[in-house]
Amino acid sequence: MNETAGQPSAEPSAENVLEVRDLHTTYSVRGSFFDRLRGRESGSVRAVDGVSLDLRRGEVLGLVGESGSGKTTLGRTLLGLVEATSGSIRLEGEELTGRGEADLRPLRRRMQIVFQDPHASLNPAMTIGALVADPLRFHKLVSDREELRARASEALERVGLAPASEFLDKFPADLSGGQKQRAVLARAIILGPDVLVADEPVSMLDMSVRAKILELMLELKDELDLTYIYITHDLATAKFFCDRIAIMYLGQVVELGPAADIYERPHHPYTAALLRAIPEPDPRRAVPRDLPRGEVPDAVVPPLGCPFHPRCPKAFEVCGWESRDLRTLLEDRWTRLSQDDYERERAGVGNLDVLDVPSVDTILPAPDGGTGEQPAEVLAAMRADAADDPFWSGVAATEVTDAGVRVRFHEPRVPRDLSVDRSVVRCHLHDPEALAAAEEIRSERDRD
Amino acid sequence: MSATGDNRERGGGEPILDVRDLRVWYGTGGDPVRAVDGVSFSIGAGETLGLVGESGCGKSTLGRGVIGLLPDAAAVAGSVRYRGRELAGLPVKEMRELRGPELGLIFQEPMTRLDPLQTIEAHFRETLRTHRPDLDDDEVRRRSLETLAGMGIPRTRFGQYPHEFSGGMRQRIMIALALVLEPKVLIADEPTTALDVIVEAQILGILADLRRNFDTAILLITHNLGIVAEACDRVAVMYAGEIAEEGDAREVFAEPAHPYTRELLRSTISLETTGLNYIPGAPPSLIDPPPACRFHPRCPNAMRVCAERHPIEVRTKAGQRVSCWLHGPEEQIPEGGREPLEREELLEAEEA
Repeated sequence: MNETAGQPSAEPSAENVLEVRDLHTTYSVRGSFFDRLRGRESGSVRAVDGVSLDLRRGEVLGLVGESGSGKTTLGRTLLGLVEATSGSIRLEGEELTGRGEADLRPLRRRMQIVFQDPHASLNPAMTIGALVADPLRFHKLVSDREELRARASEALERVGLAPASEFLDKFPADLSGGQKQRAVLARAIILGPDVLVADEPVSMLDMSVRAKILELMLELKDELDLTYIYITHDLATAKFFCDRIAIMYLGQVVELGPAADIYERPHHPYTAALLRAIPEPDPRRAVPRDLPRGEVPDAVVPPLGCPFHPRCPKAFEVCGWESRDLRTLLEDRWTRLSQDDYERERAGVGNLDVLDVPSVDTILPAPDGGTGEQPAEVLAAMRADAADDPFWSGVAATEVTDAGVRVRFHEPRVPRDLSVDRSVVRCHLHDPEALAAAEEIRSERDRD
Repeated sequence: MSATGDNRERGGGEPILDVRDLRVWYGTGGDPVRAVDGVSFSIGAGETLGLVGESGCGKSTLGRGVIGLLPDAAAVAGSVRYRGRELAGLPVKEMRELRGPELGLIFQEPMTRLDPLQTIEAHFRETLRTHRPDLDDDEVRRRSLETLAGMGIPRTRFGQYPHEFSGGMRQRIMIALALVLEPKVLIADEPTTALDVIVEAQILGILADLRRNFDTAILLITHNLGIVAEACDRVAVMYAGEIAEEGDAREVFAEPAHPYTRELLRSTISLETTGLNYIPGAPPSLIDPPPACRFHPRCPNAMRVCAERHPIEVRTKAGQRVSCWLHGPEEQIPEGGREPLEREELLEAEEA
């Protein structure tokens, strides 16, 4: 069952419209004015961090994740709206990366995008007819005014804005939110694309009209033989709408599989956590208590090892425990102490900023003029109060020194893509090598 | 109005917040926008009332109307009683003194409510100095840190600026800023809408603890039915400036009395969804809402009377307040009023 998926076949497959291999998109960040004053260096964000996937003809593939997961950047990179840093995107065998704008343009006709905000997607100064026909004009496919109008009418009627004569000369402001999104869809299909990337197409719409737009998209898909990439943070619409789903976290696809499997037996602890957190319109279900702690971490300096390990309830020895996790755990403990207890404990450790440098060999510093015994006591108290925290599995050794208590962690492993049932999962829980490494650590510890 | 939303079982005695026939109209030069048009409800101590509706139904205006935070162009009528004291028509200065220590507020976008040039510590100092001048510096600091820590904000970050925190942390800070004054009533306007789903669930957990541990009355305004189901005791469903239905959250979700509630629940896509449903048409303009029942043009159960007379609020057997002719009162329905409403088919294009 547990096998390395490796690189999917390099041969183009007739089934796949789009084949993406080890795609990276990196943004450089300059940091804020304050960061520069403090001498903090600018860095880069790996918004898309090694994504491989196939888009099968006629399917709906969901890219699902929280904000900052890289789902939107991935969608835009596929369309060439953002330049890929490395990796490969093939549209029916033709490489899209590394092309100039003029070279890319004819291929773009085959891939169109629908954005989240229909109000912002439509130029308020243009009529609906002109907006919908604009791609034909832009790609110099049609210049005759009558024909542009006729083609716009056809597209409008196809998306349910009928009779088209009622809408051609209206302006976006005259339309409701749902009607605007229909107009955006009309514009997206007018070039006869193969692939439609829909980035949160219904999340700005009212609950009572969302289903109507999704239904229309499914009709269009069948009538026009479209293939969809559906980008969303909403697991509920994704469940209904998608054939397969890629769950993204910090730029990586952590789990990719058939939609039914993702919901029925999630393999990645992050997928399971997302599903538990969804508020369901059923009052018999209470707010879950076993939520992952914290939030999505800073993508400029992502966690070592697995990006989800600091929040993961199932993380173990080799998942990437490091200095910053120690700080998080300590500060979290302090929020639960009384002010007096906190102050007493705080006085036992020095400046915590040394822990901010990601490291597997770090020091919980002694206070100025204090001894290493003091932070060692704090560490012991932490451990006694939260012995079950997965963090402690990552601690290889502690040693009291003059500077403080030295904490060494087990060597982090970067998770790789593994086939589990019908899914591909990037998690050590499914990796026999990672499990064996942890087992070895445990038996060594027991021997000592 | 016969039954006007008393809910005295839970709060014990008088409700802490009691709103009667509240109207808020905005002037726009032409006809006014009737954003809130005759709304009544009450909340008891330790109770959470969910106010749910689609965008433009007036739910945010209602929240602001309750605490007197409306623009000058708004005309307000009706009664808002807080622990028996009438707030409508209260001088601005007195209202400002109540806002914070008595009536707390949490908004959707925490970043726009925090001063980027002030540390978190300064925010707390200013809040407590303004409303609790009796506290000395040590007590101000102690209370601030305890409240922040209770929200899971590391104590070592007290001196940092808002931009140094994540979205979820900022919302926790906003909640802590509201709670440090120990208000009796908390009005939370879409407090989790800008947050990711896991952080949203964390914040809902915090609100649940609040009403359990501090007996805070919460008015939770949201468009998300899932949040209402998880976090609220009672729910009021708003449509076009009016409350269509109000009652125990479990009852309303299990057996919605108003067709709008039923259709809204049916059109909500959840993990249990197996088929797509939607309400034809779009929510109406509040400048010129449909006559009589405002939902009748979109209502699958519409009867003749629904297009002719404004519905009268009644209480169902299960205890819901509902404004819908399906539930009577029978004697007010004219002869033949229960016949199905004949109307032209809606154009497909008008649906959404």
